[in-house]
Amino acid sequence: MTSAKSTPRFSRKLLAIPYGIFLAVFVVIPLLIILYYAFTNDDGKFTFDYVKVFFNENGEGFFGFFKSYTFKTILQSLFISIVSTILCLLIAYPVSYIIAKCKLKNKSVLLLLFVVPMWVNFVLRINALKELFVWLGTYNKSNAWNIVNTIIGMVYDFLPFMILPIYTTIIKIDKSYLEAAKDLGATPAKAFLKVTLPLSKAGIMSGVSMVFLPSMTNYVVSNYLTFRNVKIIGKLIDDYFTGGLWHDGSFISLVLLLFMFLVTWLTGGFKADEQTETRGTSLW
Amino acid sequence: MVKTKSILKWSFVGLILLFIYFPIIFLTINSFNESDMIQSGWKGFSWAHYEYFFDLDNEPLRVVLQTFALALVVALLSTILGTIGAIGIFYSKKRIKSSLSAVNRIPIINAEVVTAISFALFVSFFGFDKSTYIPLIIGQMILCTPFVLVSVMPKLQQMDNNLYEAALDLGATPSKALFSVIIPQIFPGIISGFLLAVTLSLDDYVITAYTKPDSFKTISTHIYGLDKNNVVGPQIKAAYWAFTAIIFCIIVVSVIVANVMTYRKLRSKKK
Repeated sequence: MTSAKSTPRFSRKLLAIPYGIFLAVFVVIPLLIILYYAFTNDDGKFTFDYVKVFFNENGEGFFGFFKSYTFKTILQSLFISIVSTILCLLIAYPVSYIIAKCKLKNKSVLLLLFVVPMWVNFVLRINALKELFVWLGTYNKSNAWNIVNTIIGMVYDFLPFMILPIYTTIIKIDKSYLEAAKDLGATPAKAFLKVTLPLSKAGIMSGVSMVFLPSMTNYVVSNYLTFRNVKIIGKLIDDYFTGGLWHDGSFISLVLLLFMFLVTWLTGGFKADEQTETRGTSLW
Repeated sequence: MVKTKSILKWSFVGLILLFIYFPIIFLTINSFNESDMIQSGWKGFSWAHYEYFFDLDNEPLRVVLQTFALALVVALLSTILGTIGAIGIFYSKKRIKSSLSAVNRIPIINAEVVTAISFALFVSFFGFDKSTYIPLIIGQMILCTPFVLVSVMPKLQQMDNNLYEAALDLGATPSKALFSVIIPQIFPGIISGFLLAVTLSLDDYVITAYTKPDSFKTISTHIYGLDKNNVVGPQIKAAYWAFTAIIFCIIVVSVIVANVMTYRKLRSKKK
């Protein structure tokens, strides 16, 4: 870039300094503090105690981990979040596809209909869902219902985050590709599988990453809709911290953090500079 | 054949819309119910919950107002910091650019509990005082600023860089060129970042709960707290139904306005 040469007194890249410092102090250092708490005891000495507690909760050795409360919670969270993500995808893809391909002129208003509920405060929305469950009689009825209600809550809450990125990738697909596929003799179904679906992969990935982790950790949804009877991993961490067990809580947070990096890396989220559709940033 | 297919398609879309809107509409109807317990069914039409909500002596309206005040402060600070940061990062060398962008993504993709807890540990580690509101404001900024950056960045990429150079060649100072050339071009991104920051701050529960002063309440923490101890305030809860209904009406009106506006735009384009 030529800016450095033509303006020797003032360089625009200096403007990155305040935010760079903000990120370093308030994002990076707190994560290092989690690392510190996970591997030290109350006296500040280095220890693996909390790793051992994590894997050996019942005192039955390593394989006892698979019977532990922590492991059960992790499994339950994974189940809830995988089902929620799949349901979101199964709803969001057809909806985005139908809206993107329809012949209506004001498609964006139709899309808006799916997104504006987000203007109602998130806890108020969950509250609305809870009152509905109370009315229907499924609120806190049984363990199975609690899981079902939690999944409905997650889908209800995170669906827009799945619809937006998928819609934007589908709408951007060059129509000439599909025409070419048609000219070359592909059936509509084949053209969809070979052209549209692969080209909307980035949107799917981005949507999955916006739904998968939150539905594992957003304990407001699971607590509120189940009278605090369904525990997910986010709640586990919250319980440790409110109970004063900071070291144990930090180690689980660290595990979750590594898991998040893994998921993000797998879904390609770190090179997401171009993929700016997170939470509908372009919608306004 | 084609017709049944399209009926199927649109009934699917309609069904999903019903799923999204039914709980809110259900609550809106109940906001006019004289009873404040859903279980007891319809007890007659009444404005009671609205009267309770609009009375400043009662908690809900005060909580709503202070939530909005906090959101404005946080969004304003995040927008300023994020916009300056985005411009700086955009013109930085590739290595700095990619590493800062990667760190910027951490709060976006990280589980909110982990962000909240790491910052809460930071606050207690260095002994900051939560009653000053500073931890709360910074905590919410950690959540909001990355989204401002993500909104502003694409506008910087679309911008014509020659205009800035031209302004400098014509004798503008760099800061003048920044304010009268760059900022106007990326302004839509700044506005969308600001609005996004407002909604994120209004919605937030987890970070707020970990960093707020003990006596301070936001909409999210207030309602969540009501659920925790079922003894207090079905009345307060019902007041929030009224608030939900008000927001819902605002949404309906703005969608209609948006619809009319797109139609007008399309029509004037045709002419």
